[in-house]
Amino acid sequence: MLRRYGPGLTLLICLLVAFWLLMLVIVPNITLFEQSFRPYLPVVEIGGPRDTYSFANYLKVLDSSVEKSLFGYSFSIPVHVYTFSLTIFYSMLVTVICFALAYPLAYYMAKIVNPKTLPTLLLMLFIPLWVSEVLRAFAWWIILAFKGPLNAMLLGIGLIDAPVRWTNMGYTGVVIGLIYTYVLFMLFPVYNAVQSLDTNQIEAAEDLGAPWWKIHWRIVLPHAKPGIASGSVMVFMLSAGSLLVPSILGSTTSQWFTQTIDQWFKDALDWNTASAYAFMLLSLCTVFVTIAMWLFKVKLSDIAK
Amino acid sequence: MSAGIDLENVCCDFGSFRAVDNANVSVRPGEFFSFLGPSGCGKTTILRMVSGFIEPTQGVIRIGGQDVKGKRPNQRPTALIFQNLALFPLMPIWENITFGLEVRGVDKATRRKKAEELLTLVDLPGAGDKMVSQLSGGQKQRVAIARALAVEPQVMLLDEPLSALDLKLRQHMRAELRAIQKRTGVTFIYITHDQGEALAMSDRVGVMSQGRIQQIADPRDIYNNPVNGFVAAFVGENNVFSGEVQNPAGGMAAFATPHGTFRARLGASAGGKGVKLYVRPEHTRLSQTRADENSIPVTISEVSFEGNFISILAISETGAKLAAEIRNDGQATVPGMGAKMFMSFDAERAAILPDANVRG
Ligand SMILES: Nc1ncnc2c1ncn2[C@@H]1O[C@H](COP(=O)(O)OP(=O)(O)OP(=O)(O)O)[C@@H](O)[C@H]1O
Ligand SMILES: [Mg+2]
Repeated sequence: MLRRYGPGLTLLICLLVAFWLLMLVIVPNITLFEQSFRPYLPVVEIGGPRDTYSFANYLKVLDSSVEKSLFGYSFSIPVHVYTFSLTIFYSMLVTVICFALAYPLAYYMAKIVNPKTLPTLLLMLFIPLWVSEVLRAFAWWIILAFKGPLNAMLLGIGLIDAPVRWTNMGYTGVVIGLIYTYVLFMLFPVYNAVQSLDTNQIEAAEDLGAPWWKIHWRIVLPHAKPGIASGSVMVFMLSAGSLLVPSILGSTTSQWFTQTIDQWFKDALDWNTASAYAFMLLSLCTVFVTIAMWLFKVKLSDIAK
Repeated sequence: MSAGIDLENVCCDFGSFRAVDNANVSVRPGEFFSFLGPSGCGKTTILRMVSGFIEPTQGVIRIGGQDVKGKRPNQRPTALIFQNLALFPLMPIWENITFGLEVRGVDKATRRKKAEELLTLVDLPGAGDKMVSQLSGGQKQRVAIARALAVEPQVMLLDEPLSALDLKLRQHMRAELRAIQKRTGVTFIYITHDQGEALAMSDRVGVMSQGRIQQIADPRDIYNNPVNGFVAAFVGENNVFSGEVQNPAGGMAAFATPHGTFRARLGASAGGKGVKLYVRPEHTRLSQTRADENSIPVTISEVSFEGNFISILAISETGAKLAAEIRNDGQATVPGMGAKMFMSFDAERAAILPDANVRG
C-alpha cells in the first residue's frame, strides 16, 4: 500500500481508519460499557457520592417475577429473563428454519441448476435486498394482515375456513419476518461451501451405492459445515439483535429482548440500565454461539474461511 | 465375480452434439479392455453411460447380460475410479475404503478388518488411520482402487487414473493395476489417451475418434494391422503418402504417389479414393543403393540418437519430410547429415488405408 499510494495518502488512510475505529466504534462502546456500571441518577447527583460502580443495573434483569407455565408445569421467572430466553429460543428457531430453507436451495443452485440460468436466479434472490428492511417488514405486515393476501389465498384453496390473525399469534409474525429478512445470510455461505465441493465426490459416493440422504449426511454436510456455521452465527446474532422486525411484526404477546433494551433507552430514559442490558445480550449471545460451535466441533478459523 | 459388458448401437447426444456415435462393443468377463483416443473423443462419456451417470440417447447397455436401462449408479455392479480419484478428504483412509460397505450397513468392526485386508492387497498396510492429504499421489491411487474393490464390483471402470502421476510412478502403477486385475479377476474397462499404456496393459483395445469406435482388437493387431488411417496415425508413428490405388490384386496393389509408384498391402475397404499409404519409420531401411522396389531417394536432414534406436529425418526430392528409425544393435552405422541415400520399405509392411471412420 505504501508503494502504491505514497507515504502521504497511506498515512491519511491509516489515520481515517484509526479514527473510524477509535471514535466511532471503540469510544462510544467503552462509554456505554462504563455507564452500564453506574446508577441512573438526576443530573445534579452525577459525580456525587451515590455515583459509584456496581452490578446493580445488570441485576435488574432478575427483578419482578411473573408466573408462567410450560408443558403444564408452572413456575415463576423474572420477566426480563423470560423475554431473554424466548428471544434466544426464537432466534434459534429462525436459524434452524433458515437452514432448512437455505440448504436445499443452496444445493440446487450449486450442483443441479444449469449454470446458464444461475445468474438470473441469483439476481432474483438479490433484488429483494435492494428494498429497505422497513419496507420489507411492512410488506409482510400487509401479507399477514387479517384481510391480507395470505389469508385470502389459504381461504381460496380451502386450507382454512376462517381468516387467521397471523400477527396476533405470539411470535409467528416475528419469526416469519426474521426468516424472510435473514435467510440470504444463511443461503450465501452455505451456497459457497457446497459449491466448492467437487461434484465427483458426490458421484463417487453414489457410485459406491450411497442413497441420496447418505450422500448429504456423509459428504455434502460435513464439507459445508464451516459455511453452515458461519451462516448460522450470522442469522442467530442478527435475529437476536433485531429491533425493527419485532417492533413491526410483533404481536401483543411477543416481546423481544431488544425491545426491552429500547424501552430502557427511550421510555425510561435510563441509559445506564439499557447499556447493561445491551452488553448482557451481546455477551450471552457470544457465549451461546461459542458453546454451539464447540458442540458442533466447528473452529473459528473454519468460519473465517 | 466378474461380468461382461455389451454396448449395442449406443449413442449419446448433448443437445445437437453427438458425443458417442453408434458404439458396439462386447467386453468379456474378466477382460482388461482399454478405450484409447484423443481428448474429447467421448471416452469418459462411454464410461459414464456404463456406470449410470448418463443414460444413452439410443441403444442398449448390458452388464452381465442384463439391460441396465434406468438403473442409477448405486444400483449397478460397477465401480468407477474417477479421473481425479475423488477420495473423501474428511474421512480417514479406512473409512474411505469401506464407505461402500458402510452404506450397505456393514458393522464397524467388520469394516475395519476389511479395510486392512484391502490395504494389504494394494500394498499399503497400516495406512488406515491416515488422512487423504497425508498420502502421496501413487498412494492415493491405490486407496481409490481399494475403495472401488471394497464393494466387490463385477466391473471396474477406470478413467485415466494414472494421468496425474509422474512417468516412473505411472509405469509402476501400470504393472500394479494389471496385477490387481489378474488377482481379482474383475473386468476392467480402462480409459486412456496414452497409447503405450493401452498397448502394454490391455487384453484388447478399442480406438476411438470423434465419438466413433474405429477398431477393436488386441494390442498387436491395433499396432500391426490398423484398419484405417486414424488408428495407424494415432497409435505409433507413420510416414503418410497421398496417391491413388492402381490394379489391386490378391490383397496387394500399386499406389501412385508424387514420389513414384509403390507396391503395398491393400487394407480392408480401401479400394476407392481418399486412401493413403502408411509406412512406419521402424519399417523403413536406408541404403546407399536403390532397392528393387518401394525406394525413395532422400537427403538426411536430422539425426538424433535416442539410445536404443536412432531417429532420422530425411527430405525427399519433392521436399516431403520422412521419418526413419535404425535399431541400435551396437554396430549400426549412423548416416551423416546431408548424405544422399535411398529409403525403402517392404510391400508387406506398408498399408493402403482409408481415412478415419467419421461423420459427414
Ligand atoms: N455434459 C456435457 N454437455 C455437453 N457436452 C459434453 C458434456 N460432456 C461431454 N461433452 C462433450 O462430449 C465430448 C466427449 O467428451 P468426453 O468427456 O467423453 O471426452 P474424453 O474422451 O473423455 O476426453 P478427455 O480425454 O479430455 O477426458 C467432448 O467434445 C465434450 O465437449
Ligand atoms: Mg475424459
